[in-house]
This record gives sequence, C-alpha cells and structure tokens, in this order.
Amino acid sequence: MSALESQLPILQVIVPLVGAVLVALMRGGRSAWAVALVITWTMPVISILLMRKVLATGPISYHLGGWAPPIGIEYRVDLLAAFVLVLVSVVGAALMPFARRSVASEIDGDKQVWFYTMYLLCLAGLLGITITADAFNLFVFLEISSLATYVLIALGRDRRALLAAYQYLIMGTIGATFYVIGVGLLYLVTGSLNIYDIASRLADPAMQNPRPVMAALAFIVVGISLKLALFPLHVWLPGAYAHAPSFASAFLAGTATKVAIYVLIRFAFSVFGVAISFETLPLTEVLVVLSLAAMFIASIIAVFETNLKRMLAYSSLGQVGYITLGIALANTQGLTGGIVHLLNHALMKTALFMALGAIAYRLGSVKLDAIAGIGRRMPWTMAVFVLGGMALVGVPGTAGFVSKWYLAIGAVEKGWWPLVFAILISSLIAVVYVGRVVEVAWFREPSPAVEKCTDPPLSMLIPMLVLTAATIYFGIDTEASAGMALKAAETLLGGLK
Amino acid sequence: MRLDVVLRVGSKLILPFMLLFALYVQFHGEYGPGGGFQAGVISAGMMILYALVFGVAKAKLIVPQRLVEFMVPLGVLIYAGTGVLTMLLGQNFLDYGVLDPSPMHGRERGIFWVEVGVHVTVASTMLAIFYAFVERGR
Repeated sequence: MSALESQLPILQVIVPLVGAVLVALMRGGRSAWAVALVITWTMPVISILLMRKVLATGPISYHLGGWAPPIGIEYRVDLLAAFVLVLVSVVGAALMPFARRSVASEIDGDKQVWFYTMYLLCLAGLLGITITADAFNLFVFLEISSLATYVLIALGRDRRALLAAYQYLIMGTIGATFYVIGVGLLYLVTGSLNIYDIASRLADPAMQNPRPVMAALAFIVVGISLKLALFPLHVWLPGAYAHAPSFASAFLAGTATKVAIYVLIRFAFSVFGVAISFETLPLTEVLVVLSLAAMFIASIIAVFETNLKRMLAYSSLGQVGYITLGIALANTQGLTGGIVHLLNHALMKTALFMALGAIAYRLGSVKLDAIAGIGRRMPWTMAVFVLGGMALVGVPGTAGFVSKWYLAIGAVEKGWWPLVFAILISSLIAVVYVGRVVEVAWFREPSPAVEKCTDPPLSMLIPMLVLTAATIYFGIDTEASAGMALKAAETLLGGLK
Repeated sequence: MRLDVVLRVGSKLILPFMLLFALYVQFHGEYGPGGGFQAGVISAGMMILYALVFGVAKAKLIVPQRLVEFMVPLGVLIYAGTGVLTMLLGQNFLDYGVLDPSPMHGRERGIFWVEVGVHVTVASTMLAIFYAFVERGR
C-alpha cells in the first residue's frame, strides 16, 4: 500500500493518459464511455488521498524517473494544488454519467471514441498542469490540454464550432507562446526550470529587479490571462462554449479556466512572490481594473444574449473577474475568496451547463425564445438552473455568497470599500440575466415543441442534482471549501517569498 | 507500360534503403543525431513515397487505415507502459535503472523502448495525416 501511496502523484496524471490510449483502442461509443467512466472515477479517489496526505504531512514531492530536482522533473502537491486537483477530478468524474446520452445525441457514432479520448487527454493535461512543479513541463501539459480542447470544441454539432475552435486555437497558441517566452526569460536569469528553485533564486537580493524578470512576469501574466479569458483577452471563450458539445461546455466551464487561474496564482505568489508581482510591478492595479471591466461589461452582455449557452459563457467571464479580483487584492481574505470561488464557480457553472445540455437533449435548442414554459415540463432541470443561477448571483445560503463575502472582506481590509459596492452591483446584473430566463421558462405558455419535453433520464439528472446539492452545501458548511482555501491563501502569502 | 517507369523502378530501388536508414537512425539514436522521432518520420516518408508513386489504394494494402489508427495509441502505450513497468518494479515512473541488474544498461534498455514507442506513434500519425489529406480529394 505504501509503495502505491508514494506513486499517487504520478498516477493522477498517468491513469487518464493511459486511459485515453485505451479508449482510443475501443470500438464504438459505448465501450469507450465505459472505460472513460472507470478511469475518471479513479481520479477523485487519487486526488482525495493526496489531499489527505498533504493535510497530514505537508507538501508531497515526487521525482520523475528518480532524478532529483532541480535537474529532474518534480511533481509537487501542496494544499492549493491538492484543492485544484480535487476540483478538476470531481467535476470530471461527476460529469461522466451525464456524458453517455448527451454525447450520443450530439456526436456521430464513429467520432465518439475520439471524443472520449480527447476528454481523457484534456483531463490528464489539466491535472498535469496542476501537479507539476516544472515550468516547462507545465507548458507541455498546457499544450496537451489545449490541443484536446480544440478537438472537443470542433466536434460540436454545427459548423460554427469549427470556426470557434479555430479562433481558440489561434488565441490559445498565442497565449502558450507568451507563456513559453516568459519561462525562457526566467531560465535565462535563474538557470532553472523548477518552480520552487526559480522562486528561491529570485529571492536572492542580488536578483532584485533585473529587467528580464519583469518582462518574464509580464509575458507569463498576459499568456495565462489569454487562457483564463481575462476580460479584454476573452474573445475566444463565448464562441467556444456556445458551439462546443454540451458535455464539453460543461467540462471546460468547470475546469479549464480554473486551472489557468491556478497557474496565475502559482506564478504571481509562489514564483515571483508578492514583492515582485504586486510591489515592483502594478499587478494589483491592472488586475483590479480588468476584473471590474469583466464583472460589469461581460455581465451586461450576458443580459442581452439570447443563446443561453452564450449567456452562461459571458457570465463565466464575469465570474472569472471575481476570482482575479481576489488575486489582485493580494491579502488573505481576498485571496481566499478568489480560491474558494474557483471551486464554487466550477460547481455551479458545470451544473448550469449540464441543465442546458439536458434542455438541448430534449428540445434541441437552447435559445431563450425556444424554451418558453419549459419550467413546467422539465421542473427538475429548471430547478437546477434556478439554484445555479441563485448561486451565480450570490444569494446567501448558496456557495456564491461565501466567495463574495470573502472578497468583500478582503476589499474592506484593503480600505477599498467602493469595491464592495461594485461586487454588489455586478451581482444585481446577474439577477437580471438569471431572472430573464426564469421568467421565460416558468411564466410563459409552452410551445408545442416544449409540451413534449420531459425531464431527462436519471443518468443525466443525478449528476446535475449532486453538483447543485454541493453548491448549496458549500454555501452552508464552508469548512471543506473556504477553510481549505484560507489555509492555502495563508501559505501562499506567508510561506514563500 | 506507362511513362513513369523510371520513377517506379527508381523508387522501388530506394524504398528498402529508406526503411533501412530509418532503422539505422532509430538504433543509432544514443550515439549520434537521430532517435525515434526522426526514424518515425523517415519510415512514414517511405510509405508516403510508395503511395505517391503506386497509388494510395496499394499503400493501404500494406498499411490499412485501421492499422494506422491502431498504431497511434499503441506507440503511446509502449512509452507509458515502459514507465509503468518501472513503477511495478518498485521505482518511480520512468526510472529505467531497474530494468537491468546494471543501472546503466537498464537506462539504455528503457530509453530503447521509449524510442520504439515514439517511432510507432510518429510514423503512424504522419501516415494518418497523409491519408486524411489524400481522402479529401476523392
């Protein structure tokens, strides 16, 4: 057992990677789905075991090929990494039962095998990004997950999916290139690729403020911001989420941007440290402005959007704004709010996209005017949507409230009380776009097409309900979510300079 | 007899040597320039030359589409399988030292299988891309 336990960090990445290969060797969508289900369900087991071990004994370090860092590649699980690993693996696993019918209805039979292959590759890439402590290895996983994501999006039903995937391909490649340029500059200055080795070398007083370090930070922040769709760099995201298959939208909304945000946190706090990121360079000011722009502009666009998937995509942009706001505050409460919102937003947005996936499965459309009266025909699905929407707004008792609460305290601690009002007002915009859907879905007469709809089969309904229940649960008992995020934030701000 | 007789006879002479050179690059990777990737490209190049001269239909008799689609994941499986094997032998992932009583030879053996995996995947991926492009014209 202990031999297996010491191999957990690599198993977290290798199991989905080998699983992707096994799926690719399958014939037919059903067997591919079954293998993918088994693989994805081992992921939370591994990540939760890792989390327990981190809580018990502190960060875990794993040396690939037996080569010690900084020469070899190191996998390192600290509290923040474990938190994100659990998030990604749980969302990935919770989605799988939903996948079979949704994917079967949206993707041609012979392509389903490749779809599940790409899904597992994407999962392996995202988990790899989170677990690795090697800046270049991180880039490799970034590319693995991105390339898989492009394919997932391009497999969408209508032809615009191809265009959306191509647009994301261009933007994503620029982002990844910027990241690599940044890492190259860091390597130039420090001679190391291991994240913690770089951090300790940058902390050397002789290393204060050399220009390449500033440039490296700028390149990395811009590159990763493209990936996490920070406001002015977001143009790929609405199209990608709107035209991807429902299952892919739900998965990407819950995980891909979250992992990119994790990378931003990792570099801003663990590698460059607060002194360089927030004092030498004005990362706080830049991020606050962009986050506010995202919170307001994206939310307002969401109000006028009639395609619901696109509406949720814009809402995601706004929610990313809250998370980056938490990072920008760079104090314990604010950062806690940002980190816990990673989890909370992943849960609620995945549930919301699954609800839309269920509507697409029954009705074939997710346009606002097409779903009139659907609340009476698909009550459970719409209940998930309403509860998820309330969490987006941040109604007390839902997870969304918890994150916004921490953000508000963080802003007050910093003395920036106008931010509290900004958080409040942007939440009210969410009331408008969620309320509009509620009004159409519950208070209008159903059309003949909607009359025929019923709630989806249990295999689709249960995953949604589980995630929604989690959204409510983390709104009431915050020990596992915010408590963990608080510890992670304290480590980030206190431990490594 | 068609007019491309020189081309066909010439390429028939070249093809075996291309494969031989691919294998040379493969097995000489530790000592000189080369390795699985380059060797994979060369052996795929051989098949592509064959397909260009004799037609895709004939090429698919030698390497059918299904075989190509099977080889792409197979190569990755060989690579990852080497790593998993070292784990089963009680070391970390890709720690080849345990594959032989002498760690140095163990590493040689490990990297050999990894390169075989790379060769298989690269060659079949090249061929898959080539087939995909040729199919489009039909």
